Amino acid sequence: MQRILNNPDNIVDEMVDGFVSAHADIVERTANPRVIKSVEPVSGRVGIVTGGGSGHKPAFIGYLGKNMCDAVAVGEIFSSPTAVAFHDAFKAADGGKGVACLYGNYSGDNMNVRMAVKKAEKEGLEVRTVVANDDVASAPADQKEKRRGVAGEILMWKIAGAASAEGRDLDGVIAAAQKAIDSTRSIGIGLTPCTLPAVGHPNFEIKDGTMEVGIGHHGEPGIEVLPLESAADMAKRMCSLILGDIEIGEGDDVVVLVSGLGATPLMELYVLYGEVQKILSGKGIRIHDALVGNYFTSLEMMGVTLSIMKLDQDLAALYDKPCYSVGMRKR
Amino acid sequence: MKESFRNADGYPVLMKMVSAIQENKVYLGDVDGLIGDGDHGMNMNKGFTIFGERIEGKQIAFSEGLSELGNVLLTEIGGSMGPIYGTIFIAMGDSLDGLETIDRESLAKALQDAESELFDIIDARVGDKTLVDTLSPAVESLSSSSSDFAASLKVFRKAAEDGMNSTKDLVAKYGRSSRLGERSRGVLDAGSVSCCIILQAMADGICSLLEVTE
Repeated sequence: MQRILNNPDNIVDEMVDGFVSAHADIVERTANPRVIKSVEPVSGRVGIVTGGGSGHKPAFIGYLGKNMCDAVAVGEIFSSPTAVAFHDAFKAADGGKGVACLYGNYSGDNMNVRMAVKKAEKEGLEVRTVVANDDVASAPADQKEKRRGVAGEILMWKIAGAASAEGRDLDGVIAAAQKAIDSTRSIGIGLTPCTLPAVGHPNFEIKDGTMEVGIGHHGEPGIEVLPLESAADMAKRMCSLILGDIEIGEGDDVVVLVSGLGATPLMELYVLYGEVQKILSGKGIRIHDALVGNYFTSLEMMGVTLSIMKLDQDLAALYDKPCYSVGMRKR
Repeated sequence: MKESFRNADGYPVLMKMVSAIQENKVYLGDVDGLIGDGDHGMNMNKGFTIFGERIEGKQIAFSEGLSELGNVLLTEIGGSMGPIYGTIFIAMGDSLDGLETIDRESLAKALQDAESELFDIIDARVGDKTLVDTLSPAVESLSSSSSDFAASLKVFRKAAEDGMNSTKDLVAKYGRSSRLGERSRGVLDAGSVSCCIILQAMADGICSLLEVTE
């Protein structure tokens, strides 16, 4: 294992230390070492909270910042934060107008968030949730409640952060976040597995010369394992899986997010994006904005996720609002 | 043999549960490493050790200790195991709270309450290769037993162990090992193993208290 480490058991705390020092203009610590908040004041507007396991940098703390998330609960690698961390994050993001907790659909996160919300309610803090389920490969369309949340979560945070900044109330922010994720679909392709530093070896396998279509952000099984394809064929396959799941057609405006899973060279992400762009343009779909880079990773997994969000007028206006975070900056 | 033990005397039972997890830290990690990510032993050991240090040498009732253990696991573990074991022990603590003595019926009731609270937060049931495969048959055996307390605990022990062993031939439907599908067959589920270790340590600890003549 060729990695940059001290004691692998302390990697999350050491990562947080480095992150907070490097980005002190954007984020700060709270009393809970596993809760980081934005330096932006939250008073008088809805607080935006998310959280999840570590290993997905820049998610989740990289999306703290102006017109983005207000507080994040940090878990161990690939493991949900505790209920206490979520609860402390709610308190850190409480500006008197309620808190929107926007997170991904994973069993541990669901359990811990549910407990944290219950505790907050008892204290009179109103917390509402939206659970991201943009990964089309994780369950069929008629079982959307089982689908996992992946890179599309970023677009949900972007929209909700803008809605909060605009002064929408908790109902309004939740509705915007829900619409954002309902309008977003994602699909991943994995080319290599990843290794948890404390374990030292990958706990699943993707054979050389193959690719796993629909792989999850923690190596969850995909739809099928196929011989490795060209970028053009991958793009075709990914677009067809997404466009087969949500109605997007000629004249529609979309945001396209191509995220590497950690080890894929950026130049290859641009190769893939170029192919996606050709396919969408060929169908008369208008690309309102494109994000290409390592937005939501899985340690050093090689591979990519493609997310597409269909915009209406309201989503477009919210999307265009400037934001400033480590993972996403918009003028 | 007594038919009940004093709630206030539960300290050694709690400590027995702590040391059982500590002694099996590496084993649990190894079992988990076969089809999971190998951190189960480390996580459980972390939570139980913090709890053990917190109650060491303190006058703490069995019910109070279980609630505290649940709170520590919820606070320190995260993931899925924090809420799962946290819920189990908090529910048991609530159920036994205020009791002067604990007999077979009240322990069975506490475990039933724990099982039902757990089923509120997870979808897994018997046969899905999780700790439910250990917990549910053990709870059922204690609830339906007509023998004395000590003998019932022996049956309870055996039911937990049989339940744990049953996970070997099952295919995982929940948790990270579900990724492996058929390949998860032939290996024990780590959660079912830790659950068996905890339940057996609790049963052994209680049996020792029942043997003490006053």
